[in-house]
Amino acid sequence: MSAELVHLSPATAHPRRAALFVANDERMHWHDKALWFVRQKRDKAAQSVPEWERLRELASQIKAHTLVGLPDYLEEFEAKAVALGAEVHWAKDADEHNAIVLRILEGVGAKRVVKSKSMLTEECHLNPFLEARGYEVVDTDLGERIVQFRNEAPSHIVLPAIHIRKEEVGATFHEHLGTEAGASDPQYLTEAARGHLRDKFLKADVGITGVNFAIAETGGFVVCTNEGNADLGTALPPVHIACMGIEKLIPRTKDLAVFLRLLARSATGQPITTYSSHFFGPRPGGKLHIILLDNGRSGISQSADFKTSLHCIRCGACMNTCPVYRRSGGHSYGTTVPGPIGSILAPARDANTYQSLPYACSLCGSCSDVCPVKINLHEQLLLMRHSVTEKGFLPKLKQLSMTIASYVFQRPKLYAFLGAAGRTLGRLLPHRWVNNRLNGWGRQRDLPPLPAKSFRALYRERNNGQ
Amino acid sequence: MRVGLFVPCYVDQLYPDVALAALEVLESVGCTVVYPEAQTCCGQPMANTGCFEDALPLARRFIATFSGFDYVVAPSGSCVAMVRAHYAELLHDDAGYRALAPRVLDLCEFLVDVVGVEKLPKRTFNYRVGLHQSCHGLRELRLGKSSERMLPDFNKTRRVLEQLDGVEFTGLLRPDECCGFGGTFAVAEEAISCAMGNDRIADHEHAKTQVLTAGDMSCLMHLDGLIRRQGKPISVLHVAQILAGRKPSHALPVLASANGAAL
Repeated sequence: MSAELVHLSPATAHPRRAALFVANDERMHWHDKALWFVRQKRDKAAQSVPEWERLRELASQIKAHTLVGLPDYLEEFEAKAVALGAEVHWAKDADEHNAIVLRILEGVGAKRVVKSKSMLTEECHLNPFLEARGYEVVDTDLGERIVQFRNEAPSHIVLPAIHIRKEEVGATFHEHLGTEAGASDPQYLTEAARGHLRDKFLKADVGITGVNFAIAETGGFVVCTNEGNADLGTALPPVHIACMGIEKLIPRTKDLAVFLRLLARSATGQPITTYSSHFFGPRPGGKLHIILLDNGRSGISQSADFKTSLHCIRCGACMNTCPVYRRSGGHSYGTTVPGPIGSILAPARDANTYQSLPYACSLCGSCSDVCPVKINLHEQLLLMRHSVTEKGFLPKLKQLSMTIASYVFQRPKLYAFLGAAGRTLGRLLPHRWVNNRLNGWGRQRDLPPLPAKSFRALYRERNNGQ
Repeated sequence: MRVGLFVPCYVDQLYPDVALAALEVLESVGCTVVYPEAQTCCGQPMANTGCFEDALPLARRFIATFSGFDYVVAPSGSCVAMVRAHYAELLHDDAGYRALAPRVLDLCEFLVDVVGVEKLPKRTFNYRVGLHQSCHGLRELRLGKSSERMLPDFNKTRRVLEQLDGVEFTGLLRPDECCGFGGTFAVAEEAISCAMGNDRIADHEHAKTQVLTAGDMSCLMHLDGLIRRQGKPISVLHVAQILAGRKPSHALPVLASANGAAL
């Protein structure tokens, strides 16, 4: 069952899906350990760079600088990219983005499309849009191809199939690629996928890629992959469409040195991705289209509280470190980008639908400390809770309980009286009445034995005795 | 030195001995300690729910209650972080807040940075101690280096406990993962919260922790709730209780080592 297909009330969407994931204890722990292993690899890789913390600071400053001058840098990038022979398109939202892609495909009479990993096209739901119009769209990243076969969304932005075990991949490939039933050997399965994808690359009319970094001063851009699928997908078909969010820009080529050192180390613990492919205009005889997508980004860039969320380089480190994500799975978020960063980006665009995400967080702050561009993620998650509340989406009962608590806490005598009354009642009631399934605290946890006296009472006695 | 004792509301009501222990420790190092009875709650539950307007009067009240002290000390990194770091979102540049904030400290932070740990009375604690790193103390107050940051190692809570003879720290597989309490998160995301807590407890069991301790009673309330429901053989004490000489209820001391000292 795909959790995101279950219709849930927005206020409890994440906890309900998370509880489903946790219910399979063995799978939950396997998922948690797989991602913790990646986090530990990241720690080792980061330790190998003595100036790691300075690099993070520098990356954060470069991104902050770029966002301040974003309109100018975008125009500079466009002019330089056009001079290199690319065609640049501007898309306000996902619909415009998809319409531009469709127009390009129609213009060249394309039927078959290969895609390398692009969270942006996931964000725009490009695959179903094109498939509904009769196009064949093949994701060529191995993990993405697995989830595409299974008709699922990626559950992680770097490791799209991290929620799927190799035995399940074997079953999926048996169904779609005719591999041996029961096969689960990773090398065998990968070779089967490789053969299948090679055929798709050769027959494709258009290759679509994402963009990791676009460089204003040159008009070029960089795509980072481990499988080389972006290279094959752009070297074989005659037309290349590169889709990027407007926040992917950096000013200079030399800024790349900062980001490329941080990206793969943070993402997977590798010193660098296997391929960091630079594109400068179309290849000889080919055509290059670059689509610049806003889709709410310029709105976020105007928000004092959330603008630094646009610094994100999509490394996924905040997901790997998040103790909630590791135990609830990427699909529990119901968004293209899950985890801490997704819990800011999604409600920044649609606070009602995604209101439960900023609360899917214990505010532990690990994400902020692991982030290679120093986004204060957990502080923004807290501010997002305020934003959700201000917009009136907090459930009425929760809002009322906080207002009542505030009223009581402003009156020390009332607080002391209610505290004493509560403790007395708790001491009189049988254990089972206090700690039971109806009480969110007591379902799995015992309340502490309730003391007869509060500290303030003991303190008063102590002072009177002296 | 006049110290205002800031006691988290749930500690006042549910764990009076933790506050009493903090009071005793502060007095033992020569502080004049006052507990102002006008205090209630710092407002963190409201603020963390997003209800900043409900938290605001409590923040104002806190500043008014504690402004007269040289220092304000609490046996809680989380409540101190609320005041020192997050009141800024409520009170912004309020002069009273800006003047008081740097003087509001967690107990261990105060003992290390202001008092000097050598002033602590000599005590023995012959147990295998599992130190839980409460997140807000670790990552908001920077009481220690978090495992994510590539900086020289330090930890103020550990430093304070190291002053006791006989303490043997247990080695954890995940030294600073969150316990899953998270305030209202503990109830709103009950399944994840308890899964996180059980995983922390399993790490401590694997490390043979006898006494689980932390700078925050809220983490410990959550972990102890799971431990007691499952009847696990781990005792839970706040750092202040260990410093004040309290002993675990049902753990036997590790046999005296080199010098043969008993309890």
